[in-house]
Amino acid sequence: MKRVYVNEEWCLACHLCEYNCAFANSGHSDMVLALKGKKLYPRIHVEGDEKISYAVSCRHCLDPLCVKSCIAGALSRKEGIIEVDQNKCVGCLTCVLVCPYGALAPNEDGIMQKCELCLKNSAGEPACVAGCPNKAIVYEEREVI
Amino acid sequence: MKPYVIIGNGVAAAACIEGIRSIDVKTPITVISEENHPVYCRPLISYYLEGKTDPERMSYRAPDFYEKMKCTVLYGERAVSINKRSKTVVLESGEGIQYSSVCLACGSSPFVPRFEGLENVKEQYSFMTSDDAEALGQALHKDAKVLIVGAGLIGLKCAEGIHGRAGHITVCDLAERVLSSILDTECAGMMQTAMEDAGIEFMLGDSVARFEENKAHMNSGKTVDFDILVLAVGVRANTYLLKDLGGEVGRGIVVNEKMETSVPNIYVAGDCTEGEDITLGGRRVLAIFPNAYLQGHAAGVNMAGGEEICNKGIPMNSIGFFGMHAMTAGSYYGEEDGGECFEERTKNTLKRLFVRDGKLTGFILIGITERAGIYTSLIREQTPLDQVDFEMLKKIASSAAFSQESRRQKFSRPV
Ligand SMILES: Cc1cc2nc3c(=O)[nH]c(=O)nc-3n(C[C@H](O)[C@H](O)[C@H](O)COP(=O)(O)OP(=O)(O)OC[C@H]3O[C@@H](n4cnc5c(N)ncnc54)[C@H](O)[C@@H]3O)c2cc1C
Repeated sequence: MKRVYVNEEWCLACHLCEYNCAFANSGHSDMVLALKGKKLYPRIHVEGDEKISYAVSCRHCLDPLCVKSCIAGALSRKEGIIEVDQNKCVGCLTCVLVCPYGALAPNEDGIMQKCELCLKNSAGEPACVAGCPNKAIVYEEREVI
Repeated sequence: MKPYVIIGNGVAAAACIEGIRSIDVKTPITVISEENHPVYCRPLISYYLEGKTDPERMSYRAPDFYEKMKCTVLYGERAVSINKRSKTVVLESGEGIQYSSVCLACGSSPFVPRFEGLENVKEQYSFMTSDDAEALGQALHKDAKVLIVGAGLIGLKCAEGIHGRAGHITVCDLAERVLSSILDTECAGMMQTAMEDAGIEFMLGDSVARFEENKAHMNSGKTVDFDILVLAVGVRANTYLLKDLGGEVGRGIVVNEKMETSVPNIYVAGDCTEGEDITLGGRRVLAIFPNAYLQGHAAGVNMAGGEEICNKGIPMNSIGFFGMHAMTAGSYYGEEDGGECFEERTKNTLKRLFVRDGKLTGFILIGITERAGIYTSLIREQTPLDQVDFEMLKKIASSAAFSQESRRQKFSRPV
């Protein structure tokens, strides 16, 4: 299965991935309308400091602790992709408590949202990858070691 | 083919079913379910009363779950004993069900201490099941005065759930602070304040000496008038099925990392177990949802002949009350036990990290939630803190505090 991978040596911490993510998931067709003047709630986050930086989004783990821990049965793994059913989520944040990668954060209403690889929005494939100027984020098959 | 038998139908049972079916898709599974409902999300009963979910959304799995998993569910049936020689589970109705292996996923039951005069109280409720929530919901009205006995997680979640539907809520507890099993005094105070700001009244370090039908006489001499009483004093693991067999039982059914009990072919998972807490170096009942799933799944896999180990059990909770969030995990060792506490605070947030022997053993986060799982994982993996930039971690939870190689493993390959 294709996943999003990062190469921190090439990340410039430009945060474009966050903008592209928030835009792709906004449902708007105009980036200015979607994002200008608003607090962003992207599903990918650039972390790090002056020395290192890298983007973190859901790893779509083979054995996802978040899914097993979700008290609302709102997280599930479908064909390898970890999805959240926002209609079931109550915002308890147990998934945030258990994700070892720090990859999950709620939306502005406190309900979970997460990277679902843009397969269901109009981008069709990860917008963070498509817009990364430096190929620091890629979307590809890699082998399980 | 003798079926696998699962006693109980909560999350541990659902996970056990999924564990079995990840290995064995053929052998029948029989589930004995005292409650008359398909598996639902028990922790959501307060959200249900609050109007934030409904029975349909609360169901843990899709309506065709048992059918797809080839399970027979005996609703409204209770297992009363097990005959280990004939490998039979005996139901209350007298019927016997033979098993190849059985999983006890019996959860816990509310514990009600002896209160003088309790029998005079007509409107009294527990808060454990969806039926309890339904009954309490029926009894509530906008002028109702509610007394909740117990300021633990269940009592406080109940208070939050009914807050908009009752006139006044008083919560009492013998303990001097709320959530005493997971919060220290200062952190508990912050959560209490958030609830008091919402109008909930507390009587801590105090409990009921005697009940009249609508009045509680407290140990302190105070009295509380109420229309509805909720008893949320505590829970006890359901251990009797194994105890009666002479199996090893403490406060819960003793379990090893393969989810085996001391009796052959009898497995156990979830709230009814007493398993290793790696932050304690001893066994403890870990009555939390994630533990029930992880154990249930491992039990299922092992029952079906596979191999799955469950050996990273720790207490952990993520709970919010009226918008104030608390996350906790592990054990908090004070200086007297060789532990050290590192603290970061702002006006409305408090973070405490507990370290012993060069490892993170626990944390309390009030009002901070970002990437908390990074801390949890340090505890579960027992990562030596000299391998990470702990100075950074004290300030923020971030993978930047780990080595480049460790980040490469996390973010550059499938995990
Ligand atoms: C109000 C509330 C809020 C909670 N909030 C949280 C939370 O935020 N986070 C968290 O991690 N955990 C929370 N919990 C705890 C969580 O619900 C439990 O850890 C979890 O449900 C345990 O699952 P289980 O399958 O082990 O047991 P249960 O869910 O208790 O299921 C056991 C089932 O077995 C049945 N049973 C027992 N004996 C028999 C028998 N002899 N024959 C047939 N059936 C039998 C019982 O009727 C019950 O239905 C909460 C619990 C409550 C009550």
